[in-house]
Formats: sequence, C-alpha cells, structure tokens
Amino acid sequence: MSDVLALLLPTLAATLRVATPLILCAMGGLFSERSGVIDVGLEGKMLAAAFAAAAVAAWTGSPWEALAGAIAVSCAMAALHGFAVITHRGNQVVSGVAINILASGLTVVFGNAWFQAGGQTPALPDSARFMPLPGGFSLLVYVALASVALTWWVVTRTRFGLRLRAVGEAPAAIDAAGISVAWLRYRAILICGALTGIAGTYLAISQNANFSKEMSAGQGYIALAALIFGKWKPIPAFGACLVFGLLDAVAIRLQGVALPGIGEVPVQFIQALPYVLTVILLAGLIGKAVAPKAIGVPYEKEH
Amino acid sequence: MSKLPRWVDVGVIPLANVVIAFAVAALVVLAVGASPAEAFKDMLTGALGSSEGIGYTLYYATDYMFTGLAVAVAFHAGLFNIGGEGQAYLGGLGAGLAALALDHGVSPVVAIPLAIAAAAAVGALWAAIPGYLQAYRGSHIVITTIMFNFIASALMVYLMVNVLIAPGSMSPESRDFTAAQLPLVSDMLNHLGFAVDPSPLNLSLVLALLCCIGVWILIWHTPFGYEVRALGFNSNAAVYAGVNPKRLTLIVMCISGALAGLVGVNEILGVHHRLLLDFAAGYGFGGIAVALMGRNHPLGIVLASLLFGVLQQGGTELSFDIPAITRDMVVAIQGLVILFSGALANLPRPLLEAPFLWLARRRAAQEGTG
Repeated sequence: MSDVLALLLPTLAATLRVATPLILCAMGGLFSERSGVIDVGLEGKMLAAAFAAAAVAAWTGSPWEALAGAIAVSCAMAALHGFAVITHRGNQVVSGVAINILASGLTVVFGNAWFQAGGQTPALPDSARFMPLPGGFSLLVYVALASVALTWWVVTRTRFGLRLRAVGEAPAAIDAAGISVAWLRYRAILICGALTGIAGTYLAISQNANFSKEMSAGQGYIALAALIFGKWKPIPAFGACLVFGLLDAVAIRLQGVALPGIGEVPVQFIQALPYVLTVILLAGLIGKAVAPKAIGVPYEKEH
Repeated sequence: MSKLPRWVDVGVIPLANVVIAFAVAALVVLAVGASPAEAFKDMLTGALGSSEGIGYTLYYATDYMFTGLAVAVAFHAGLFNIGGEGQAYLGGLGAGLAALALDHGVSPVVAIPLAIAAAAAVGALWAAIPGYLQAYRGSHIVITTIMFNFIASALMVYLMVNVLIAPGSMSPESRDFTAAQLPLVSDMLNHLGFAVDPSPLNLSLVLALLCCIGVWILIWHTPFGYEVRALGFNSNAAVYAGVNPKRLTLIVMCISGALAGLVGVNEILGVHHRLLLDFAAGYGFGGIAVALMGRNHPLGIVLASLLFGVLQQGGTELSFDIPAITRDMVVAIQGLVILFSGALANLPRPLLEAPFLWLARRRAAQEGTG
C-alpha cells in the first residue's frame, strides 16, 4: 500500500505541475471563446509571455515585475487580436495563427538581440523566480487552481458572465439590450491575455529558470484541446487539463517500462493521446462538443 | 459592394498590405539595432547575388508553392486547412517509404513517379480524415487539422526512432536510397555547359510550376472548380444549385493534402535521399502566409513563394553579416504578413478608398451642374 502511495503521490504532484499552464490557458481561452472569439493564439501569447517574464526577471531580478511584464505583453497581443477581429472583423483563425507565428519568430529575434545566446535568456537565480512554497508547489500553481473557481463563479454567477455567455450565443440580443458587443468581447480577450500571461510566467520562471526557444512546445494547443474536451465549461475543462497533464506526467515515467498485458507503450503514443482523444470527441464518438453559437462570426451591427 | 476599381482591389490593396507588413518588420530590425536598408541589401545579395543563392532561393520557393497552393485550394471552398505542416511531413514519409521499397532493381523512370504519387497519396489521406470529419461529422476542420499536425509529428518520431532508423545509426535517420533521387538542377546545367554552383534546387520546381498551372485550370476553368468556388462563396446557394457540399469538402481536402504532401518530394526525393525528422518544419504555416499574400491565385502564389524564398535564403546569409538578425526574423515576417494580408487585410482600405470616393463625388457634382 505504501509502495503504491509512494508512486502515486509524486505522479499526482507532477500532474498538477504539468497541468498548471494548461489550466491557465484553458480558462483564458474559455473567456475568449464563450464571448464568440476563437482563440488559436493561446500558444503564441503564452510563448511571448514566457519570454517577457524571463527577460524582465533577468533585468530586474524581481519575479513580480516579471509577472507584470508577461501579463502586459500577453494582453498587448490579445489586444492586437481584438483589433484585428473585433474592430476590423478579420478572420479569427487567421489572426490567431499570425499571433502564434509572430511570437515564435519575435521571441527569438529579440532574445538574440538582447541576450546573444541563440534565443535563450540567462539562467535566473532562485530569488528572481517563483519557487515552490512549503506545500511543494509554487504560488502560480495555486493561482491556476483559484482561476478555475474564479472562472466558474464569474461565468455562471455574475452579470458579466451572463452577458459573456449571451454575446457568444446571440450577439444581436446583447446589442439590442444596449450593451456594447465590442467592449464586452474586448474585456473577454483581455482576461484571456492576463491568464495566458500568468501561464507563460509559470513556464519561464517557475517551472524553468530561463526562456528557451519554442518552450511552450504545443501546450497552448493542448489547452485548446482541453477547452473543447471540456465543452467550453470551466470544471470539465479543468478536468480535461488534469487528464492531459496526467498523460504527460505518466509518459515520462512509462518510458521503457513494460506494462503487464500490454507491453511497452510508445511514449509518442501517450504524447499524441490528447490530440487523438480530442479528434474522437469532435467526431461525435464520445459525447458531443457544441461550440458557442456565434463563435468565429464577426459581429456586424445592423443599420 | 466594393467602391473600388478592380485593379485597386486585386493589385493595390494586396501590395499595400505587404508594404505595411514589411514596414513593421523594418521597425523590428531597427529595434534590434540594425539598419533596415543594409539588411535589405544584404538579403538581396545573399538570395540573388550568386548562382548558389538563386538555387537555394528557388529550392525554398518550391516548398512554399506546394503549401501555398494547398492552403489556397482549400480556401476557395471556404475551408481553412492549417494542417499543411502535418500533411507535408507525412507526404515525405510516403515518398521516402516508396523510395526505400523501390530501391532494388527498379529503374528511376518507374521509381520516381511512384514515389511522387505516394507523397501525394499519403498527404491526401492525412487531409482526408479531417475533411471527412468536417463534412460528415461536423467537426471543425481548423481544430482537427491542428490536432493532426501534432499526431503526425508524434507518429514520425515513433517511426523514425523505433522502426525506420538505419541499423547502427546514432541519429533517427533511415538508410539512403538511390533509385528515386530527383536530378539536381545544378548538375543538369553543368552537363549542358553552364557553370553553376551546387544547390539543392531540383526538378521539384518544375513539378511545383505544373501544379500551379493545374490548380489554375482546375479552379477557374472546370465545372468542378466552379462548384468549389460556389461552395466557398455561398454554401447555401451552392447547395440549391445542386452541389453536394460533403463530397466536395472531402475531395477538396484530398487535393489540398496531396499538394502539401509534395513538399516531401522536394525534400526527401530531391535533397535528403533518406527519411529523417523535421524536414518540413515551418512550410505548412508559411503556406498560409503565401496563400494570403498571393490572394489564393497561382500567379500570386508563385510571386509570394519567390519572395519568401528570397527572405529565407537571404535571411540565412544575413545572419553571418548581422548576428542580431537570424532566420527567425523570417518567421516573424511570415507572422506579420499573415496578420496584415490576412486578418487585417482591410486596414488600408478606407485610406485607399478616399480618393476614389472623392473622384466619384466630383464627377456626380459635375454631371449635376452640366
């Protein structure tokens, strides 16, 4: 029994650590997508935020200033997305792809120019990072957990949340009620920017001690998958993040281990599982994921 | 609908979008402490100043043409195929597997066409699944193609590390094949008596240009292309006109995936002559920039591909002269082009519309008085 516990507890702890950026990104994406704005740019915002956090921490030595810098950069990118798709009614997927590619290129360009280390930032001392608290987790892990409760409360129990859900389903109704569709959506994607900013901070200065090229490594897309897997609802999306985090934590531990009755499971299979599961879900084979009705459609006021 | 003459719509506005994107890129170059004018000059010299540079530029452009066409064909049907990355990757797998299988006693005349067909077929298959799910199960193609990129990547790592790795090899690469190698353009020119430096440019460029012509004929000069454009323009109207949207979605995705898969021909049959990891990285997303910049027209795609070829080759050369600027700058420029030619394509419109509105108003006033 104690053997099982000895194996189980570290795995669960690892799961929570791996799932933290997923949770933050998924909650951010939830605000954006429930308001009717597709966000495939979670990955890019998180990567840019990670770079900003590492750069600011390297300059100032303060994790708090790093967090503020990361949130500012991530929100700026979210605002750019909003300018393109809300103000100019551009294609939301195209804009999100642009943000991902832009972040992937610019982080390395600026990283090279400022730190001359092939896109990496210098290794940070512990004082410039969010280190594990006595419980074994860094503060940002608790922030991620709190963000789930807060997201649930805001989306389902507040007036803002009601309007948020309404603008994602029927923006014309919101407009007819005299509420600005654009402002509501801008607020939603800025909240998304703030949460992805925290996710990036966690990657660069809590989980790691510097920024390295492409360090988000597809986690923004996994978060998007988790959001869809959780049917755009906070608690199920949180659950999906934990499941995907568990797969990731287990994949590392299962490397080269033969499971009884199955044999050795290729690591790549476990890594691909979140994507495969999401495709199966989208195919309608396990339940049905119904997106907010107005998602992806720019709102045009009737004259 | 549009208040602008056609030449402004298809010529001036796309150009203005690209100019804005490059102006922002110039600001980034300034921000990292380099001179945009000098960078531009170095880039052009690096890309077009030598036969080697031109060879590399055209070799990169070949990949962009394939993925650009892939994105464009899907766009015409109103589908956004972000899966070019994975389709190109697995297209290379198809080409490589065919080439490895046909390596013994098969003439190149047979092996090459079969390997090309395998690249197209596997690329098409990898796009067909998201296409089928979109058409018949209502899954959003953007999400499924993103997921398929990652699944392709995991699959390739698994196959290369565990199955296809050459015995005794340290890196995950297969053994070399010989039969299905595409001829290099530099070798051919040297045979004909023109002295050019070696470069990876191979006959895939001809294949890419043929695909451009093929797509142009298919989309604008066949009943099938008419149906595709009808579906993309107004799917409800297309259905009333007798188009079967499900079947068409599936076919268009297969064509799109096949085109992306041909990147594998350029990379695996043309250059590497073995299977390896990450040979297609970046071209799938680059194809989105190419298609948006080229307004989904083969001619525009050729021009945009050449530009990105110049950027990629010039950018590589540039990093030797100006260390602050690396090839990642090219990635950033791709992002800017996708932003300003895609999502923010209408940004310069009001400004460009103003003079024409003014002219129209003046003409109306003159007619009123005269």
